[in-house]
Amino acid sequence: MNLFRTALFLAKKDLYSELKTKQILTTQIIFAGLVIVVFSFAFDPANNTTKAVIPGVIWVIIVFAGILGLNRSFISEQRNDTMQGLLVAPMEAASIYLGKFLANFAMMLVVEIVSIPFLFLLFDFKFLGSFPYFILVIFLGSFGFIAIGTFLAALAANSKSSEMLLPLLLFPITTPILIGVVQATKIILTNVEKLSSAIAWIQLVTAYDVIFFVVCFLLIDYVLEV
Amino acid sequence: MIEIKKLTKQADNKLILRGVDLSIKKGETVAILGPNGAGKSTLLKVLATLIKPTSGQVLVNGLDLKKNQIEIKKLLGYLPHSSLLYDHYSPLENLVFFGNIYGVKDVEQKAINLVKEVGLTFFLNEPIKNFSRGMIQRIAIARAIVHDPEVLLLDEPHTGLDQGAISILNNVIVSMKEKGATTLMVTHDFKQAAEICDRVIIVKNGKIVDDFKIENRNLGFVSEKYVLQVEGIS
Repeated sequence: MNLFRTALFLAKKDLYSELKTKQILTTQIIFAGLVIVVFSFAFDPANNTTKAVIPGVIWVIIVFAGILGLNRSFISEQRNDTMQGLLVAPMEAASIYLGKFLANFAMMLVVEIVSIPFLFLLFDFKFLGSFPYFILVIFLGSFGFIAIGTFLAALAANSKSSEMLLPLLLFPITTPILIGVVQATKIILTNVEKLSSAIAWIQLVTAYDVIFFVVCFLLIDYVLEV
Repeated sequence: MIEIKKLTKQADNKLILRGVDLSIKKGETVAILGPNGAGKSTLLKVLATLIKPTSGQVLVNGLDLKKNQIEIKKLLGYLPHSSLLYDHYSPLENLVFFGNIYGVKDVEQKAINLVKEVGLTFFLNEPIKNFSRGMIQRIAIARAIVHDPEVLLLDEPHTGLDQGAISILNNVIVSMKEKGATTLMVTHDFKQAAEICDRVIIVKNGKIVDDFKIENRNLGFVSEKYVLQVEGIS
């Protein structure tokens, strides 16, 4: 119980910091906006084949905006050695991981809530697929990506070139999630008759999410040692 | 209160602590002196649970450091070189955050009282990024004692402080001692060590080479012992 309580305090602290400094979320939203605008110039919204690009654009936004946030997540605890302050406090390392994960995930959801409707609007996309399944895929994909990303951000934060190291570590490990969610999003948005295939991809991503979340949760103790 | 037996710490191929044996009673205020690289801060970090020892046993209040980390962490107040404070947070927000993590009851009132105690009431809601080093250190002291720890671990706490902040820090240590807290203080400041500590430990090359009590705040005695153990030999 203490694990969740302290994790919530930490997540609240991170989100409140973000509210004060507006460093991460603003950068993420600006990045998402730029990607959408550039893609909308590159692909003619009037053309039907453009619709096929949308699932890819959604996940390009989530992945790269996510990395912008993940990079800052643990590096921000290096100033004044505040990470030491967390490590000497009576909380499990898993609690620190959970708190950081919750804050990163919340910020990612905000980026998605702002950017995906903007993307649909600019691409003049009429949503004909299954909306609940679309939300589920976005949620599961973001969950897995942020769960693994938060763990690797903790690992990379001790390196001098952490901003380069994080994407290098993150992409190979999250590739199965990204393949699964891009395929599922494509089916749900453009070819909803094949929903059973999308469900199979969703099951794969869910299994991957659960396994990696538990593994990260158990291994974080070794990563956070000073 | 603290029992250390045959403690060693190896980092890469270097042995930083070479079999430290130490026993500290409840309520004692102990200064740890020694040259740079002797292993003083590492010893403190092991006690603060920041570093895992390579071998040996550490007991705090009868609890094994390896098995009861969370219980031991509740007893410790750690003040290192860095402030461990969030720059964009005010003193109140910093203390409330750390107080919440330690499960302090009525944390906001406690934080306000502590800020008042360290003489910064006027800056209660100002972000600490605008503070001077001395002011930040005062809030760092308040952070270290927000949960009324039974053991205070201080790593060169007097470095870079003005006279006002030194006097506040010493008052905090003395008042914590009166409440029965045990204090371990790594320092290079012999004057402060002689003034507030009742025992001195000299560490050299990862080992305790001297361990003696101070009487009548005898600064000369401390310096003499230090020179004999550290500089006299080298």
